[in-house]
Amino acid sequence: MKVLRAVLGEVLGLFVDDGRLALLTALLIGGVSLLVKVLALPGLWGGALLLIGCLAILASSLAQARPRR
Amino acid sequence: MTATALIPTMTAAFLGAFVEVVEAFTIVLAVAITRGWRPALIGSGAALALLVVLVLIFGPLFSLIPLKALQFVIGALLILFGMRWLRKAILRASGYLPLHDEAAAFARETDALARQASERRADLLAGLAAFKAVLLEGVEVVFIVIAVGTAHGLTLYAGIGALAAVIVVLAIGAALHRPLSRVPENALKFAVGLMLTSFGVFWTGEGLGAHWPGADLSLLGILAVFAVFSFAAVARLKRTPGVTG
Repeated sequence: MKVLRAVLGEVLGLFVDDGRLALLTALLIGGVSLLVKVLALPGLWGGALLLIGCLAILASSLAQARPRR
Repeated sequence: MTATALIPTMTAAFLGAFVEVVEAFTIVLAVAITRGWRPALIGSGAALALLVVLVLIFGPLFSLIPLKALQFVIGALLILFGMRWLRKAILRASGYLPLHDEAAAFARETDALARQASERRADLLAGLAAFKAVLLEGVEVVFIVIAVGTAHGLTLYAGIGALAAVIVVLAIGAALHRPLSRVPENALKFAVGLMLTSFGVFWTGEGLGAHWPGADLSLLGILAVFAVFSFAAVARLKRTPGVTG
């Protein structure tokens, strides 16, 4: 049972480490999908937004990191 | 199939699997040296068998999903997976997080197994440690192979890349008979994080209907953007006062 829980935890951990990073990334993907599918934003613009959004989220996450002492 | 799709796919699968197999090898070797090869091989074999069963069960399901939806889902998961690796690799490269140390992991595992040596179930616990290590790292390898291979129908080639990594690690490990602590794990994770995030953006975009300029060549452009950003981030973080390097 312990092993199973560890495996499930590991599978979740594949995608979620910094919870804020994962949440913002999921919101970005969802938001861009809505813009493309509902508001008919061209797919290439959606892809470009995705790229810029990922860089912004990564920058924000790194800016919050604290150095080890 | 084009070289611009094939080479990054096989490289990402090889490097991703290499890092994971090195980590699993450290634990299996600790088990083998502390309790003998029998529990190490039984534990590892059982984990590999379970992984094969999981692939056989879930693998065919992917063929039922329409390509665009598959590219979107796999792409989104790759972005989440890749960004996690990339963030950690940037923080490690800039001294914000300690580097992963295989020698220390080996010492920790050997110590834990030695403390269990007097228990009646010592061999079982050692076998379980090998099972868990191979299963957990194996799940990541399977995900990487499926993720980088499926969306372009290159799963076989991604699998060959991963298998090559397994063979290389086992060959080096068998020759050295000690943990592969001199492998530049963070540099490899940095490269894999860059590749997986780039694959993720590319495929999610394709899943949303983007016709990237230059088709597969765009993947290299996206990779270059992430690489420039990441190296700049490392340089900037290294200048922060208080970084112990």
